[in-house]
Amino acid sequence: MSSFLKNIIRMALFILVQVFVLDKIHLHQMVTPYLYFLFILWLPFNMSRAWQLVIAFVYGFILDSFRHNPGFHAAACVLIAYIRPFLVNLLIPQEGADGNYDEPSIKSMGGILPYFIYVAVLTIIHHAWLFLLEAWQFGNIWYFLVKTLLSTAISLLLIIITELLFVRKQKFRTNTA
Amino acid sequence: MRNIFLFIRRYFNLFFFLLLQGCCIYLIVHYNTYHNAVFSNTANQLTGKINEQYNKVEDYFHLKKTNDSLVKANERLYNKLKADFQLPDSVSKIVLDTIKVDSLTQYRKYTYMQAAVIENSVNTQSNFIVLGRGKKQQLKEGMGLVDINNAAVGIITAVSDDYAVVMSLLHKDSHISGKLFKSGETGTLSWDGKTPNIISLNGIPKSAKVAAGDTIITSGFSTSFPRGMLVGYVTEVIPEKSSNNYLIKFKTAADFYNLQYVYAIDNSQQEAVDQLLEKAKQTK
Repeated sequence: MSSFLKNIIRMALFILVQVFVLDKIHLHQMVTPYLYFLFILWLPFNMSRAWQLVIAFVYGFILDSFRHNPGFHAAACVLIAYIRPFLVNLLIPQEGADGNYDEPSIKSMGGILPYFIYVAVLTIIHHAWLFLLEAWQFGNIWYFLVKTLLSTAISLLLIIITELLFVRKQKFRTNTA
Repeated sequence: MRNIFLFIRRYFNLFFFLLLQGCCIYLIVHYNTYHNAVFSNTANQLTGKINEQYNKVEDYFHLKKTNDSLVKANERLYNKLKADFQLPDSVSKIVLDTIKVDSLTQYRKYTYMQAAVIENSVNTQSNFIVLGRGKKQQLKEGMGLVDINNAAVGIITAVSDDYAVVMSLLHKDSHISGKLFKSGETGTLSWDGKTPNIISLNGIPKSAKVAAGDTIITSGFSTSFPRGMLVGYVTEVIPEKSSNNYLIKFKTAADFYNLQYVYAIDNSQQEAVDQLLEKAKQTK
């Protein structure tokens, strides 16, 4: 299956799961489990940065149109898509190692720790920016912090479950081939 | 000139990122006010279709609950029937008027129209409800919405051909006027964006007698809701230190977690009232 087709299917599935399963869950009326942005974390390495931004924007916008509040998720998605390449460069074990695999995963990032840091940092940035925009006129800083931290914890849990359930097979691409 | 192009090329990604963020923030600011609650009718139609399919499945699981509340609503209505009351003979005497008035069409003020809820959210700070009924099925902007037990739910802010979007009471920009049933003071309902089903009523003076458990109804000052629709029950009365008002927290009578069917209320005299107001403004 081509990478393009795979990503289109993945995108549709993530949006459907987010809108029709996770958005219906309300934990103590404060935390909404988010998983949809994992799509952006899984985008291929070799995609140009401008394209990543465009895709993130469109993806966030689709989710927003289900929620009738345009802009919020698009803004958060664009932000993490922009920060993503910096983090990848920082965390990848050696120069050029991101050419060996298609997309970020435990294997391609060289261990659980770098991958977990990558996911955790982007998750917390996504949530913080999203809730900050949502909470624009509510000045309660503690509410915002607690909501961000709890939602991040739930999202990380969901991401770990997703990684365990759906093993992404990745071929090692040698330079010589 | 060449340097400018080089500069732009070098920081292209940053500029592009800032541009997209700017777009998002423009969308947020521009489309989240009261009147622009829906950004486009086409998006509304498209997501509406998907939601409708999903809702067909979901409805199945709520059938029992929906039935129960319908039975309750029926019970309440039966208790209101004229036949249940014994009236003194002299009062119930019917006098025929010589002028014939077509009472049904001309004097009816409010018409109820049922609509299915196809999408509903409670967990953001601006929540909307989408109805599977639209312009073609006589829904208009500004209509009030009640659930099957006659408790206020929200106001329609946008309609497309087959769908309507409702700003629920659980929206930070929703300001419907409410009234204390017992003492009659009127205030404004607003939601702080935190706990669903808990709304506050502002602008009630400290001279009013309020206690937990009191009923709050719609005031009937706006053309959206008739007077006396149930809104909620007071749970907490907090005196505001800085003003002469109470901050009253109340639990909504409508359960926003479980909305399956609602009624839109059409005020057939709305145009007449609007015209009169317009006239009064012009003569000034």
